[in-house]
Order: sequence, then structure tokens, then C-alpha cells
Amino acid sequence: MSIAMRDAFGKKLAELGATHPELVVLDADVSSSTKSALFGKAFPDRFFNVGVAEANMVDIAAGMATAGYHPVVNAFAIFLALKATDQIRNTICYNNLPVIIAGAYGGLSDSFDGASHQSITDIAIMRALPNMQVIVPSDSAQAEKALEYALTQKGPVYIRLNRNAMPDLPPSETIGTVCAVEGSDVTIAANGITASFAMEAAALLAKEGITAEVLSVPVVKPFDPAPIIKSVAKTGKLLCTEEHVLAGGFSSAVSEVFMKQGISCKFDAVGIEDTFTESGPYEPLLAKYGISAENIANRARALCK
Amino acid sequence: MSKRIKELLSQPGRTFNADELSALAAYFRTVMFDTLHDRGTGHWGGAASSAELTTALYFNRLSIDPANPRWEDRDRVILSKGHASMNLYTILAHRGFFPVEELSSFRKLDSRLQGHPCMNELPGVDMSTGALGHGLSVGLGMALAARLSKKSWWTYVISGEGCLNEGQSWEAIMSAAKYKPEHFVLMIDYNKVQLDGTEDEIMPLGPLADKLKAFGWNVAPQAYNGHDTKEILDSFAWMDSDDVWPKAVIYDTIKGKGVSFTEGKNTWHGAVIDDASYAKGIEELKSDLSKKEAAL
Repeated sequence: MSIAMRDAFGKKLAELGATHPELVVLDADVSSSTKSALFGKAFPDRFFNVGVAEANMVDIAAGMATAGYHPVVNAFAIFLALKATDQIRNTICYNNLPVIIAGAYGGLSDSFDGASHQSITDIAIMRALPNMQVIVPSDSAQAEKALEYALTQKGPVYIRLNRNAMPDLPPSETIGTVCAVEGSDVTIAANGITASFAMEAAALLAKEGITAEVLSVPVVKPFDPAPIIKSVAKTGKLLCTEEHVLAGGFSSAVSEVFMKQGISCKFDAVGIEDTFTESGPYEPLLAKYGISAENIANRARALCK
Repeated sequence: MSKRIKELLSQPGRTFNADELSALAAYFRTVMFDTLHDRGTGHWGGAASSAELTTALYFNRLSIDPANPRWEDRDRVILSKGHASMNLYTILAHRGFFPVEELSSFRKLDSRLQGHPCMNELPGVDMSTGALGHGLSVGLGMALAARLSKKSWWTYVISGEGCLNEGQSWEAIMSAAKYKPEHFVLMIDYNKVQLDGTEDEIMPLGPLADKLKAFGWNVAPQAYNGHDTKEILDSFAWMDSDDVWPKAVIYDTIKGKGVSFTEGKNTWHGAVIDDASYAKGIEELKSDLSKKEAAL
């Protein structure tokens, strides 16, 4: 089990502060939750807690970015994606400013707080914005790499972070797609923390003689379809998994590319259906809305019939 | 363009006096009215309202370099009421940021003069605006960046009522009072007319000075006449008079100023200037310009 993404991200921010004088960090009164407070403690002059005002925070960051700074704005993913959409679109993206949008408590990971705090539409919103890059790390190491990568970029990057300690994936040098399990019967392309469930599903399927190939795909935009296309050429079947509604998110991004390129395969997607979610312990909550090793295995098995 | 105006604009970087600023603003109004009529699109009311404010800033006060529009130490201006784009474009062109002839491309396909200002298209635009209510937050970020960099540039945000209707402006007003960034000024083009009606009908803002004071701002002790360049220069002197930040100045202005039948009329917020209105209006603007030139 890894440390939680938010802890890893907060520590990495504080570490990078020493070598990146252009790095400034803003938070909207949730710095003890997002862990940006670690940066605030280390670099109080470059840390701005602007209160519960996400829209204001994003535009303050934009103003700083016009003057040579590389801001990271921190708040819960749902509030960044919904309360600051206008600012992210019209100020950050339209002007292509180097601001890192760190969406904490992504997906259902703020599980007990319920639907009002669960971010299930952020990926659809962010990937629709021109100039925005969208990264959904699958574990803590990837979250750190995503931050390092975003700091090298001259435009905006959205990084969706998870609240809870989740399993580590096989280590990788890049933030790109990683083949976590090799197989030849069905391809499971898993976004974010669903990759660890997909790996468990592959283990379940292996007992039945079905070999699933699991690809962990953190980068939703710019989307590199090549590793998925290569795997599907072998398996002929594709199951996408994501911690997000199925409309407009990762599965949509994959299917858009497949349709456009005329790639035909058996296809299914696991994610949240067209519904609001609820309070509960994280893993049982995910399972209730379809994100579990068992359900992923069931859907993959169905594709193999 | 008269010989006298031509002479003034031949040295756009010098510090102009109140009478000269007044004549320039009157001239710029004729250019704006002409261009908006020719193009058949754009916002006359708000552009006419801020004409003296922007003229005084760019031709008397700002530390800027049109040859190096992204000069790191320059003063910043955010026209938060981005629909007054024709006002900003007219000023920037005559200040030397791009050719005056380019004004005629306003809102055409492939033009750098977008409907609302775009910083990555047009030199001299410090921030893209259009969606109301962003300017104060962005300006606060710029002012905080000056503090972090140990620089002393000024950041001016020009807002109208529309911007101050937006909740985000008040978030920014609260947070600016927390950080108190040096050289951060809100200039309110207070014409009391919105798109759909008067301020009183749509969203009363008063008592505006008291509200800003209650939020912790250093508010100018009087509202200035935003069409009287002597008063605007007085407001600049007030900005320099103490070191208490952030500062706000309220300018009483008239939407559609300069053309009698457009003054104070919400319907002239974004109405097309038709031929008949143009014929009547341009005569009034030219007559005003002649008077101001004569006073030089």
C-alpha cells in the first residue's frame, strides 16, 4: 500500500519549492486536507491561502503566471472544476498560462462527505478545454511525476489527485501508459486508481484461464492511443475503466479515437453511470457504483464470451 | 485628424497636461464612433464612458514601452470591463503599440482586435477580459507578483458596475485587503447604467465607497468626475499621496458620453451605430473636439 497521493504530492511540492523559485502555491482553506500546507510551512512567502474562494484563487494564480511565476492551485477537484470553470477556461486556458490545477479528493475518494464533495465530472470538463493537459495519476509515484512534468510545461495542466492510500502500481519512469499486466485475451485500459482494481481483476480472470492485459493510462490529454491500439490489435477486446461518469471522460476519449481511426473491437466501459453517488467507506462505495475487481472481471469475462 | 492633434500624437510618450488629455480623449471618441459605425458591431456606451480615464492613464501616468510591450517592469492595466475594447484598442494604437490603420479590422475574421481584448493576440493588452468580474483577482495576482519579485510596477484594474455585480469581485476585494499589495489600484468607471437598465433598476451598488471602506480598502476621499481630466489628474495625485493599500477610486461617469442621445441610455450599451445616429452623433463629437482643441 502506497502513501496517499495527497501526502506524496504535498511533500513533493515542498521539496520542489527549494529548487524552483518560480513555484508559488495557493490554497482555498483546505491546505491541511490537500497537504499544500507542507509547502506553506517551508515557503511562507510563496504560499497564499485565499480562503474559500476558488474562482478568485485561480485568477490570482493567473495574474502571477503572467509575471513569471508557476502557480499550483489546490482545492477539492469538484470545486475547482465547477466553481472555477470560468476562470480556468477564460483566464488560464484562453491565455495558455502555466498554472497547475491540483484537484484534490478526486473521484469518490472523499467518500464519507457524499455526493456534494465527490468529483465525477472533472475529467470531462477539463479535457474539453483547449490548451489544457489532463493527468489522472494511478498512484503516489505517478502523482509526484505528474507534478514534475507539469512544472516543465508552458501551459496549464490539470492533475487529479486521490485522497486515500491506494495500492502501488509497477514502477515506471514516465507518466505515460504503463503495461501493468501482460495478457492476450482482453485489454483493460484503466485510468487513475482503477488500475489497481484492474490488476486484481486480471488475477481473478487468470484463475479461469483468461489472460487480461492491463494498461494503466494516466494521461487523458494529450491522449496517446498507440499503446491501447497495439494491445487491442492482439486481443480484439477493450474494457475501459475510470472513476468518473461515463459521459465525456476517459472511456469517451478512447472511443472517440477508436471510432475516428476505424478500429473495430468488442468494447465496454466501467465507470459511474448517469447518477449521483453517496456517502460511505471508499472501497465499498466504489464497488456499489461498479468500480471493483469483481465487476471489472465480470465485464471483461463477458467481452470474452 | 487636425494639425494640433497630429502634433500631440507625434510624441505619444510624453506626459500630457489636462487640456491636452481632454482634447485627445475627444479625438479618440470620434475614432471610436467612426470605427464602431463602420464595423456595425461593438460597444459604444462603455467605451465612451471610460475614454478620459484610459487617455489619462496611458498619456500621463503609465510606465510602459510600446516597443517592448511585455517589458517585465511595466505598469499593468486590466480593462476588466472588456466590452469597452474599442476604447482600449484606440488608446493602444495611438500610443504606438500597433498601427492605427489596424483599428478597421475590429471584430473581423483573423483580426488581432478580437471582440473582447486578447493578450496573446494584441501587443499592449496585459490580460484578456470579456467575462466580467475577473480583473480584480488577476490584478491582485500581478500585484502580489510584483511584491514577490521586489519590483515596483503598478497594477490598475478598470471595472464597471457589471464587474462589481459579480461575486468574484468581492472575493478579490476581501483578499486584496488581506494582502494589501503595494501599487494596486481599482479604478471604478461608475456610470450607473448597465446593459438592461440603470443600476438602480438592475443591481444597486451604493453606498459604494462605504462598502469598499468596510472591506478594508483605502478609498479616495471624493468621487472624481471621470470626464474632467483635471479631476482625473487630481485622483492620480491622491494615488501617490500615501502608502496605504489597496486603493480604490470612484469616477462618476456617463455611459455613452459625448453624444447627447446616447448619454445615460442602457440601450446604447451594445447597440449598432446606424447611419442616421452616426450622422447626428459625429457632428456633436467633432464640435466637442473643436472646443477642446481651441482651449489648448
